[in-house]
Amino acid sequence: MKKLFCIILTVSLMINTNAFSGSEGSEELSKSSGTTTSDCFEGVSRAFFSFNQGLDRAVFEPLAKGYRKLPKPIRKGTGNMVNNLSNLVTIPNNLLQGQLQQAGLNTLRFTLNTTIGILGFFDPANRLGLKAVGKEDYGQTLGAWGSHSGCYFVLPVIGPTTVRDFTGTVINFVGGDPWYNITVRQDTNFFRDRDFYISKATNSVDFRAKNIESFDSLERNSIDFYASVKSLYLQDRKKKVGNSDSITETQDDSDWEEINNN
Amino acid sequence: MKNKFIIFLGNLYLIFFFFSSVSANNIDPKDFIQEIVDDAKKILIASNSKEFKSEKLTEMAKEKVDIIGIGYYSLGSYRKALNDEQKEKYNLLFKDYFLKSFTSRLSDYSDPKIIVLSSVRKNENYTIVYSLLLATDKKPEVKMDWRVYTKNPQKLLIRDVIIEGLSLARTQKEEFSSIIENNSGDINALFIKLKEFSEQ
Repeated sequence: MKKLFCIILTVSLMINTNAFSGSEGSEELSKSSGTTTSDCFEGVSRAFFSFNQGLDRAVFEPLAKGYRKLPKPIRKGTGNMVNNLSNLVTIPNNLLQGQLQQAGLNTLRFTLNTTIGILGFFDPANRLGLKAVGKEDYGQTLGAWGSHSGCYFVLPVIGPTTVRDFTGTVINFVGGDPWYNITVRQDTNFFRDRDFYISKATNSVDFRAKNIESFDSLERNSIDFYASVKSLYLQDRKKKVGNSDSITETQDDSDWEEINNN
Repeated sequence: MKNKFIIFLGNLYLIFFFFSSVSANNIDPKDFIQEIVDDAKKILIASNSKEFKSEKLTEMAKEKVDIIGIGYYSLGSYRKALNDEQKEKYNLLFKDYFLKSFTSRLSDYSDPKIIVLSSVRKNENYTIVYSLLLATDKKPEVKMDWRVYTKNPQKLLIRDVIIEGLSLARTQKEEFSSIIENNSGDINALFIKLKEFSEQ
């Protein structure tokens, strides 16, 4: 835990000092455009984005469409299971962000759903009035501690990310994700590597299945799909780092107000 | 003296009547969105043809959405560099693009069930109305917030729809900005893209 904390702190300092950023001031988008995140390797990112679109069409979309044909209780239960597992990353991040109440609530939810809820397939905690609160990850924690997002880029398979969020992902693999630790890093009698990879793939398919129409509509109605996805990703992360329900609370109105003067 | 007093009272009554009638015509942003949602429900009945939906949604957008305002917002700082001729051209291209995109996005929903929840006045120009698109068998519940332009309280207009905290207008603005920047700041590149989209 001490080692993990040192890694997070070091990375946080590096991002704050823009050691990873590599961006020029002129490359930064203005505040009024809603983000100050630069797109450092746009050419490469666009290539990876196209690759990911191909992968999605060939693998994830067909899987998601097939998954949708499963009975609703099965889909709901599967979604519950992967959501339950995500608590293992959310709880330490609640603590790192000083969200003690949420940490307690998520711990209680995880305990109830894993035991009474049969490995998270059912959500008895919700029935008891313990409603799910937002997920947290190490990228969000770094953001909550004041780290700048750094460059935006797209990775093959993983998809859109920023230096800060990618660092958060790396932290998962160096001890930050207990589920990864007991499946991949340690050889236990109960879990194997494949359990981790199956859970991650299931999570992706479940998410994709819930958003088939939204993705299609976005692609069909975009004149630059790459830029649309980038904008949505950065807005979403900003909202999550700010722990806000609405973008209208996290972004100023100055760019809207300016329109009144025309 | 008595006559002057009666005239004064008469004027006072007229002034009061004028202001109370103006105030009575002010539209509550929440009611405004509720009306739009109710109209959209009627239009998006599954049995209605795609052409009918498209036609009615276009009429609705022209009346209830500030298309020119959103167009200028989407251009960001680039709008200041446009001359009058370019502005006119952009307004026409954006209108066609917006209406096609708007009707296409909304036509995807059949028999939507939307509950208007509450509203928050941000300032004299904007009120955010919060609503919820209820879950179906295939789609999860979705939060939909509406940015209503209230500068003229008798003629409210929608300027943005924020889905699960993600602003459609902001996304569009960053999309436009990306196209212009990737073409060395040439606004004509955006004009071409808008035209191509509308003619598809």
